[in-house]
Amino acid sequence: MDFDTIAAISTPMGEGAIAIVRLSGNEAVSIADHIFKGVGGKRLKDVPSHTIHYGHIIDPANGQTVEEVMVAVMRAPKTFTREDVVEINCHGGLISVNRVLQLVLTNGARLAEPGEFTKRAFLNGRIDLSQAEAVIDLIRAKTDRAMNVALSQMEGRLSNMIRHLRQTILETLAHVEVNIDYPEYDDVEEMTHQLLMEKAKYVREQIDRLLQTAQQGKILREGLATVIIGRPNVGKSSLLNSLVHENKAIVTDIPGTTRDVIEEYVNVRGVPLKLIDTAGIRETEDIVERIGVERSRQMVKEADLILLVLNFNEELTKEDEELFETVKGMDVIVIVNKTDLPQKIDMERVIQLANGHPVVTTSLLEERGIEELEEAISQLFFTGAVEASDLTYVSNSRHIALLHQAKKAVEEAISGIETGIPIDIVQIDLTRAWELLGEIIGDTIHESLIDQLFSQFCLGK
Amino acid sequence: MEYHGGSYDVIVVGAGHAGCEAGLAAARIGAKTLMITLNLDMVAFMPCNPSIGGPAKGIVVREIDALGGEMAKNIDKTYIQIRMLNTGKGPAVRALRAQADKFLYQHEMKKTLENEENLTLLQGKVERLIVEDGVCKGVVTHTGAHYYAKTVVITTGTFLRGEIIIGDIKYSSGPNNQQPSIKLSEHLEELGFELVRFKTGTPPRVNSRSIDYSKTEIQPGDDVPRAFSYETTEYITDQLPCWLTYTTEETHQIIDKNLHLSPMYSGMIKGTGPRYCPSIEDKIVRFHDKPRHQIFLEPEGRNTEEVYVQGLSTSLPEHIQRQILATIPGLEQAQLMRAGYAIEYDAVVPTQLWPTLETKLVKNLYTAGQINGTSGYEEAAGQGLIAGINAARRALGKEELILSRSDAYIGVLIDDLVTKGTNEPYRLLTSRAEYRLLLRHDNADLRLTDIGYNIGLISEERYQKFLAKKAAIEKEKKRLQTYIIKPTPEVQEVIRQAGGSELKDGIRAADLLKRPEMTYEHIQLLAPADEDIPADVVEQVEIQIKYEGYIEKSLQQVERLKKMENKKIPEDIDYDAITGLATEARQKLKQVRPLSIAQASRISGVNPADISILLVYLEQGRIARVSNE
Repeated sequence: MDFDTIAAISTPMGEGAIAIVRLSGNEAVSIADHIFKGVGGKRLKDVPSHTIHYGHIIDPANGQTVEEVMVAVMRAPKTFTREDVVEINCHGGLISVNRVLQLVLTNGARLAEPGEFTKRAFLNGRIDLSQAEAVIDLIRAKTDRAMNVALSQMEGRLSNMIRHLRQTILETLAHVEVNIDYPEYDDVEEMTHQLLMEKAKYVREQIDRLLQTAQQGKILREGLATVIIGRPNVGKSSLLNSLVHENKAIVTDIPGTTRDVIEEYVNVRGVPLKLIDTAGIRETEDIVERIGVERSRQMVKEADLILLVLNFNEELTKEDEELFETVKGMDVIVIVNKTDLPQKIDMERVIQLANGHPVVTTSLLEERGIEELEEAISQLFFTGAVEASDLTYVSNSRHIALLHQAKKAVEEAISGIETGIPIDIVQIDLTRAWELLGEIIGDTIHESLIDQLFSQFCLGK
Repeated sequence: MEYHGGSYDVIVVGAGHAGCEAGLAAARIGAKTLMITLNLDMVAFMPCNPSIGGPAKGIVVREIDALGGEMAKNIDKTYIQIRMLNTGKGPAVRALRAQADKFLYQHEMKKTLENEENLTLLQGKVERLIVEDGVCKGVVTHTGAHYYAKTVVITTGTFLRGEIIIGDIKYSSGPNNQQPSIKLSEHLEELGFELVRFKTGTPPRVNSRSIDYSKTEIQPGDDVPRAFSYETTEYITDQLPCWLTYTTEETHQIIDKNLHLSPMYSGMIKGTGPRYCPSIEDKIVRFHDKPRHQIFLEPEGRNTEEVYVQGLSTSLPEHIQRQILATIPGLEQAQLMRAGYAIEYDAVVPTQLWPTLETKLVKNLYTAGQINGTSGYEEAAGQGLIAGINAARRALGKEELILSRSDAYIGVLIDDLVTKGTNEPYRLLTSRAEYRLLLRHDNADLRLTDIGYNIGLISEERYQKFLAKKAAIEKEKKRLQTYIIKPTPEVQEVIRQAGGSELKDGIRAADLLKRPEMTYEHIQLLAPADEDIPADVVEQVEIQIKYEGYIEKSLQQVERLKKMENKKIPEDIDYDAITGLATEARQKLKQVRPLSIAQASRISGVNPADISILLVYLEQGRIARVSNE
């Protein structure tokens, strides 16, 4: 059979050391080849079947290295799907694997539907006929589940904004259509390039906002912006190091040696975090340090999660209490560090200040309490409606891909307007944006344009 | 008295816009054809607007012409005014519209029918079909004549159980007080067809001599020669204007006050009317804040004083219609000649048809036009042509013709009807076509002449001309794609004059043409051709080069869809034997019986999971088939 090339992350979402992006289809090898840079210029399209190759994934758009990978090339028919299959093994956790997937999708592959690899295996005769019913159940069940996920997300801000945006586009489209189908109709002002430009720019701006505010999408692209705060020398950099298992931040006993903001990406039990260590937030005369402090305050304001570190070995200070005040209303985990030293802190007061937020005690020096901290982080984000299932993940990834495509369509509309392309042709790109946004919320029925046309305008002979 | 009236290849019932195309196409393809109509004086009659074309519809007329149909030629011979619409917009949405001399239009069409070899024109009323074992074999008229044929096309328009309603008056009638067709409607129900009740309407007509045109605005035709048909060479130059006026506050008050007398609101009318053609009372109720509505005054012909009051479609009582007319500037003294009315009629639920327009229920029986739930002469004619072609080809043992959504608006129209059905009289709109940049007014010949030629409706002479045009387009495109324009002072001057930025380097003529400010005329100055390039070739070259990127995008979309179109579903597939289909999807699939996966995916209520399941079954070749009972 002649199918397009599909791709998905085939390892479960979580803290696994290796994540695999799998491609299947005629273009699998050439798409992978396009974003792969092997040792000594080796090309994937030239390698023998069922071999594995070391190299890097490069973003062809800017030449940047995205990930260090091992790529397995398996050619049809001796593969799971009986199509050409490429598996890209990434080691950098969820964030980078997601970037690899995005690259594959922007370079010609389509995101696989739930169960689609299995379906292809079946369609291509890899799976026994007697399993037909099972496959159908799978398709049904997975699609329904995907729909449930879609539905639960529909209640969110994302889908509300998309609905609003689609309505804006729809009204604009109807306006263009009415000019075309009822050229003599006097009640509507002619849609001008200028008017259309305003609308298109508004739509682009809103899509940008969506891309920024769609929390799930943001987590997947960047990780949760997690800011570590605390007075100097409470162990902030040690905490960061413990989580990263690497020694990148400078750690000393002298207060104020961490002068700049340090960022690290880390995957904690399936929650992608962008860890930000700040220079100690405290009033200081040192100019260099003050710049660091100001940036820290800005970081705190923009954070998704705050890790507030206190010293077990010191009494709570006014500064500590001010920190609690600063992060009021945010997602906070309180970490009381240095339990290897004698207790001087008033834990009851800490719990009182934490006001329901989780409090974890650690000794980063003795590597105690880190498990509990990781558990607290994962608890915070994987309870409630959003499940840590690969489906949630996939549909989010799909949203991002669709939003990017929609944005691209709007940008093409804008450049069409700039170069004076007639409105009814520019409109093709706007319609495409409208359809793409509709795919996110599962609604692309074309008829709604005609409904809009007749409810918005009084038409007829 | 029952008797044998004769045997034919094809019988067409009805001689409206669908019937005329069906009969002519069948006869011209070589099928011995009989056309039966209720009233020979009403051939190709326009009971509503005396107008042909408009956005989308005008493109259909061009398509009909490219396929070898008659509508374009007939209107070119009989219009009183012609205009190109949307000239300020892109090439995809330009369309012609003509005001017809409705009487001349009829006479010309009748003459064409009468002079057609292979075609017999007959007045009579078909009351039932001869159906044996689910196969249509002919028709029986009210006089007892039995006519036999290999295939039958029904194009009875709004005549099926037609009822005219004016105020509280309601009587059985076809349009314009013609005989309705009641027995045929009952007979179709007996055969098992599902019928639906639709409604449409028409405005009053007034005497031109009683209109004060000084209070209206003139709407002249174009002063450049225009024609629908690619074969028309002589143009009517003597055009008549239309006139524009508006409703007033007083008009609205009268309608408001008398709304209870409107059968639309009294509950007397049950049929669904079209949203795109609302009555004046509907417009005022639904858009109460709009202070005025446009009223176009359109002459019905050169040899009549009757004027069609476009925009005033109504079924209010006659005396209210008179009051309304008197409130409109220019019509204060207008003499009412015919009152507006609403008409309710039966239509066949179109999902009961194959995309060839053959009915699924009765083999060799086709339906086309308003009987299929559409509205508009052009939509009717387009279907008539396709039904006529397919009926004739079936009779002659040839393969059927189905136009796709990327071939023609006619393809969009028929696919919409048979796949989605319609819950109001269906009208084509440009927004219904997803590939409208490909389905242009100007390239209908490029899209469809080959098809028309292959089915035998395009003459050899015309085809050779067409091939020459095609070759000329390619040649000129190639020339512009290779010709390098160098930045000489003369060249820069021309570009500056056009408002563009100067060249830095040599540029291909084609690339320069892509700049928005450049036209083919500019390019001709900078890169003159050795020979004279005809205007229709220039038009194509310019559009194809200027919008190349967008056209390419559309073509890619079509290509993607083709894969799905090529996955055929056998006609005898048994959807009940496929486990896993959702109930709604199963019902819809059983009703529509799509021919391809692409068509299946366009049915509302059939979701991607159902399509996947269908694919699984199709690919495994394990389709449970209906046993041959």
